[in-house]
Amino acid sequence: MSKRAKALFLSLLSLVVSLSFAGSAIAASTGRELNMPQGVTEVSQAAYDIHMIMVWVCTVIGVGVFGFMFYVMYAHRKSRGAVAENFHENLVVELLWTIVPAIILIVMAVPATTALMKVYNTENPDIDIKVTGYQWKWQYEYVGEGVKFMSELNTSSDEIYGRAPKGEHYLREVTQPLVIPAGKKVRFLITGNDVIHSWWVPDFGVKRDAVPGLFTSAWAKTDQPGIYVGECTELCGLGHAFMPVVVEVKEEAEYNEWLAGKKAEAAEYASTIGKTWTFDELMVRGEEVYTRSCASCHQADGKGIPGVFPALKGSPIALGPPEGHIGILINGVAGTSMQSFADQLSEVDIAAVVHYERNAWGNDVGDVVQPVDVLNYKQNQ
Amino acid sequence: MEANRSNRTLLGQLLLLAAGMFAFAIFVMPPLYDLFCEITGLGGKTKGVYEAVEVKIDTSREVEVQFLASNNESMPWVFQPTEHHVVVHPGEARKVTFFAHNTTGRDMVAQAIPSMVPNNTADYFHKTECFCFNNQPLAAGEKAELDLIFIVDPDLPASVNSLTLSYTLFDITDSVSSPVAQLQ
Amino acid sequence: MAHGPAKGIGRWLFTTNHKDIGTLYLWFSFAMFLLGGFFAMVIRAELFQPGMQLVKPEFFNQMTTMHGLVMVFGAIMPAFVGLANWMIPMMIGAPDMALPRMNNLSFWILPFAFAILTSTLFMDGGGPNFGWTFYAPLSTTYAPDSVNYFIFAMHIMGASSIMGSINIIATVMNMRAPGMTYMKMPLFVWTWVITAFLLVAVMPVLAGAVTMMLMDINFGTSFFNAAGGGDPVLFQHVFWFFGHPEVYIIILPAFGVVSQIIPTFSRKPLFGYSSMVYATAAIAFLSFIVWAHHMFTVGMPIAGELYFMYATMLIAVPTGVKVFNWITTMYKGSLTFETPMLFSIAFVILFTFGGFTGLMLSIAAADMQYHDTYFVVAHFHYVMVAGAVFSGTAAIYYWLPKWCGKMYNETMGQVQFWVAFVGFNIAFMPQHFLGLAGMPRRYADYGLQFADWNMVSSVGAFIYGGAQLMLLFNVVMTIRNGKPVSDPKVWEGAEGLEWTVPTPAPYHTFATPPTVK
Repeated sequence: MSKRAKALFLSLLSLVVSLSFAGSAIAASTGRELNMPQGVTEVSQAAYDIHMIMVWVCTVIGVGVFGFMFYVMYAHRKSRGAVAENFHENLVVELLWTIVPAIILIVMAVPATTALMKVYNTENPDIDIKVTGYQWKWQYEYVGEGVKFMSELNTSSDEIYGRAPKGEHYLREVTQPLVIPAGKKVRFLITGNDVIHSWWVPDFGVKRDAVPGLFTSAWAKTDQPGIYVGECTELCGLGHAFMPVVVEVKEEAEYNEWLAGKKAEAAEYASTIGKTWTFDELMVRGEEVYTRSCASCHQADGKGIPGVFPALKGSPIALGPPEGHIGILINGVAGTSMQSFADQLSEVDIAAVVHYERNAWGNDVGDVVQPVDVLNYKQNQ
Repeated sequence: MEANRSNRTLLGQLLLLAAGMFAFAIFVMPPLYDLFCEITGLGGKTKGVYEAVEVKIDTSREVEVQFLASNNESMPWVFQPTEHHVVVHPGEARKVTFFAHNTTGRDMVAQAIPSMVPNNTADYFHKTECFCFNNQPLAAGEKAELDLIFIVDPDLPASVNSLTLSYTLFDITDSVSSPVAQLQ
Repeated sequence: MAHGPAKGIGRWLFTTNHKDIGTLYLWFSFAMFLLGGFFAMVIRAELFQPGMQLVKPEFFNQMTTMHGLVMVFGAIMPAFVGLANWMIPMMIGAPDMALPRMNNLSFWILPFAFAILTSTLFMDGGGPNFGWTFYAPLSTTYAPDSVNYFIFAMHIMGASSIMGSINIIATVMNMRAPGMTYMKMPLFVWTWVITAFLLVAVMPVLAGAVTMMLMDINFGTSFFNAAGGGDPVLFQHVFWFFGHPEVYIIILPAFGVVSQIIPTFSRKPLFGYSSMVYATAAIAFLSFIVWAHHMFTVGMPIAGELYFMYATMLIAVPTGVKVFNWITTMYKGSLTFETPMLFSIAFVILFTFGGFTGLMLSIAAADMQYHDTYFVVAHFHYVMVAGAVFSGTAAIYYWLPKWCGKMYNETMGQVQFWVAFVGFNIAFMPQHFLGLAGMPRRYADYGLQFADWNMVSSVGAFIYGGAQLMLLFNVVMTIRNGKPVSDPKVWEGAEGLEWTVPTPAPYHTFATPPTVK
């Protein structure tokens, strides 16, 4: 039995070893990573270095201990005629293998401590960015700049559920990545909006739990522009796997240009959709939009062309609830020449023109259609 | 039946230990944790009302205090600091305000939860007056300026020259109206 | 006292016999092991390829949660309680457990707990989907309605564990045969006593945690709700104050089993008996002061991180002592490699490997990268599966002949070992790579860069799952058709009181206590 066991043991051990090597080779040839990334920041480099120190310390100890064990298993087997001795303690040896590992650990504690100090060095940042975890997306706010946006998964559910082929960036693409400048110390102020999430960018060595009601900080500074992908690493419900983190590091000039663009967008938003418009402002803007986009069919006086283009003056849609009216502009009317204006007109323009049509040419609904109503309609669809 | 009696004694003692650990988890760990947070500044929880003591204003030093405001989950209010940041001398009392607007059509109650970054500086940030000490009821459509008066402790470590105070606004309308919460 | 077992179902329902109750625990835990294994197969089948193929993410989360809960509380813990019931009285020369009626109760409430827990899967809104660590507020404000049943089930399990532990402590402290001093007790008994004390100390803390959840959910308190002045992070502290001792609760009895088996097949006494006892006690003590190393990314002050890092690194010292002792026990022995020994050697190798990754995880700066990735999943499956489950399997092969007087088929046993060993490593070794490359745990779906290793891991998991069916087959075949054994010692190198009673062990043993020299 024991000879057969030995043969079995050796053959299966070699099978396991060769399988692991084959696996590693396949992984290497397809360019897939097996190890922790070194990343592009001081913190990620520190984590990588201490990780490799630990790997090697463990490997050396493991090879020594198991080498000895395999030797014992070979040399002291009964089938080779080994006769058991009867010793069962040795104070010196036992003390030695208590003290030596303790010393090794104390030595390893030194680099481990230095590495951790780097993680916690969040002082004197150049830029603060508030990161908020939502079920199941991230919000980034550039503190003091008035810029904030949501970053959501941009992979279609068709790809997820196998109804369409998976793209190259499957589950690694978002609607809007976080953009940070190269060469600047960026501090992330991380919090959660509903449940606990965790914001992780492996290449930055940054992983922080996003706890509702609690702010923690982490930092990154890198000189290497590029796109870095991370994940949510705290179970946060059914969309946990579907809220990746994508960070784009741009050169400083490019970043400034991008930020200026975002600020302009934000200012535009604040003065249009974010703003509460008055009745008369909407009438003025609405008439402009109507003349430009609608009057060629529905005519400047809103009477349309009988039998071809319906009249808006006195139309039940224009005099009915605003949602129905907004819906016609956003969705169009199938089978007619009334197309969807959702992509052609901004929320402000749609609100203004709907408002105008409800209150011009003797139509007198009298209510005010705000851009935010259009936005809500779109989001609720 | 000597063994039987000692078994029963032991059973009693061990059940007592179990009951004690249960009580420890519910009645001791939460306050102990709060105390621990207060000592270490864990979680950046700032403290309650600060009794102002006479301290010299350290005019040689400037500290930037940055303000953040967040809404938790389904909180629909507009909530933001009036100023994004102020620069103060340690020891000087400074008043800032936060703007809150209940945009909904119903009366609501909110509670603001503070958190300080860096977390261990919470000890050096004293509030003599703060809207966060109480909950904030706002009627439908009501707007309010919420006051905060604070002093940065002159003992703030020299390496720190910037503090970030954030408030997260929670909707507690439902729990305030529940009978149990009123008993508390 | 001399009568045999009662007949029919009543024997099992009303039994107060430690061997019957041990048998009930073992079969129950094996059933739970297969149930939890089935959940694992669902998980690995879904992760076989990127994309959602078999289940919805919501159900996937229920599977990961239930897999963890059933395996930890339903399979591993009751299995070792079963072994304790069977073996501790026989090892210390006691006629039965100290509190036999409570013994019956502590077993029979378990099936109800798991029936309730499993039934939540069929409720509206599904079963628990917040992970076996059930962090608030996902498990409170955002939990499905079934969370109340989950809490109830956890309370019953906790009560069962506490009663079982009290029984073991009372048995060991009061029922030892004359001359059986503490420092003569077999190591399995020692590790179990220490485990039992851990259980009595921390299961109530778990009960406290779920009670606070229950009050937050149903009675408007705010233990874990930031809005009311509570703190979600408090939940994690309470949970891990229970949770870290819990992992030693799982592994210490496994140490005990291996410390019985290795000397037997080395034909040589255990090396460093007293240092083994001290190391076990040291590990138990350390388990109470390291809990927050599960929370390095939560944003603790650096002083806290450093303390928990240093304390955690310290655990490597007593654990190392144990591994060195086992290997030195084999040194200059007369080794044979029957199935229990193969599982024990695999235990030593793979558990130590899991210990190495544990040491790596203790380094806070590196843990920022490992935390909540598949690296952690791989780590704890190396210590829990290759640790606790391998040692449990070794125990079954080792003591089965004593229990039923039949010898298992050695070839079948060794084949099962190799299938399990190879399957286990194919399943879990690649998970280290997945974690390092950036795949978080509890992910229902993943990017294409993780596809290769996930497929390998799933194949390994299916092989390992098959190995458990082979174990079931082997056990059933042994009981039905095994070659009878009658030698009280069964194994040539076996030492201890349990090997002095006849084989198969009679229904009542040591009615008159033996004298231990």
